[in-house]
Amino acid sequence: MRLPCPICGTRDRREFYYQGAASMLERPVSGELDAWHAYVHVRDNPAGRTRDLWHHEAGCGAWVIVERDTVTHEVFGAVLVEDADAD
Amino acid sequence: MDRLTAVSPGADLLPVRQGALTLEEVLPGEITSIAPFRGQRKAVTQALLAALGVGFPEANCLTRKGELRCVWMGRDLAFLMGARLTADLGGLAAVTDQSDGWIVLKLSGAGAEDVLARLVPADLRAAAFPEGAAIRTQLGHMNVSVARTGGGLQIMGFRSMARTLVQEIADAMASVAARAGAG
Ligand SMILES: [Zn+2]
Repeated sequence: MRLPCPICGTRDRREFYYQGAASMLERPVSGELDAWHAYVHVRDNPAGRTRDLWHHEAGCGAWVIVERDTVTHEVFGAVLVEDADAD
Repeated sequence: MDRLTAVSPGADLLPVRQGALTLEEVLPGEITSIAPFRGQRKAVTQALLAALGVGFPEANCLTRKGELRCVWMGRDLAFLMGARLTADLGGLAAVTDQSDGWIVLKLSGAGAEDVLARLVPADLRAAAFPEGAAIRTQLGHMNVSVARTGGGLQIMGFRSMARTLVQEIADAMASVAARAGAG
């Protein structure tokens, strides 16, 4: 698998560290327990399109959000976390 | 006071020769990392151009003038090699001395790309990786910088991994040379 780093271009998967679902960027605004439980523990595990966080660890060092299909393995694109998440 | 003898990271490891291939150590002198603060990259380039004649490199590239190189090393990060940083980057960039932290190698000769094709998950053939290209990638499990400059492939790795780095490349050189010899 190859991933399109917005800085480096399309690069081999081995250069990347996989973090998990990009929903980790959607931190709950409130302190409500259910919201934090879902944020920390509940994942969709979709058969199809998914948005994940990857770290271009052996490349430029940027965190990117990659959108891909878990069934077909098609990769649709990637954006820098910085551009998608103001925090 | 004792006099200490400076020993380069590859002093007892290099050069390595296999057929047409040569792996040798490059002594870059001072290595200075330059990390522009947010929004200051243009100002850093202007300061570097005025003082040294090279700009801050774009991603996957290096800039050079004579022996001087400014090598892209990651997001908002480049290494100045081959000269002392004479530009005043105060307020524009974080600057650190990296001189003793890295081993710098040059792999040259026909088949050099074939050697690294066994170790590096990036296309380093001349068509995809021309003179002046400089990427961060992996060599085996080690994070490295690879650049094409001065008629060869330059590989930079952490000094602490110098022996492993040279051994990995030397083994691949032996394989490629053996295949070339076997026709
Ligand atoms: Zn990258």
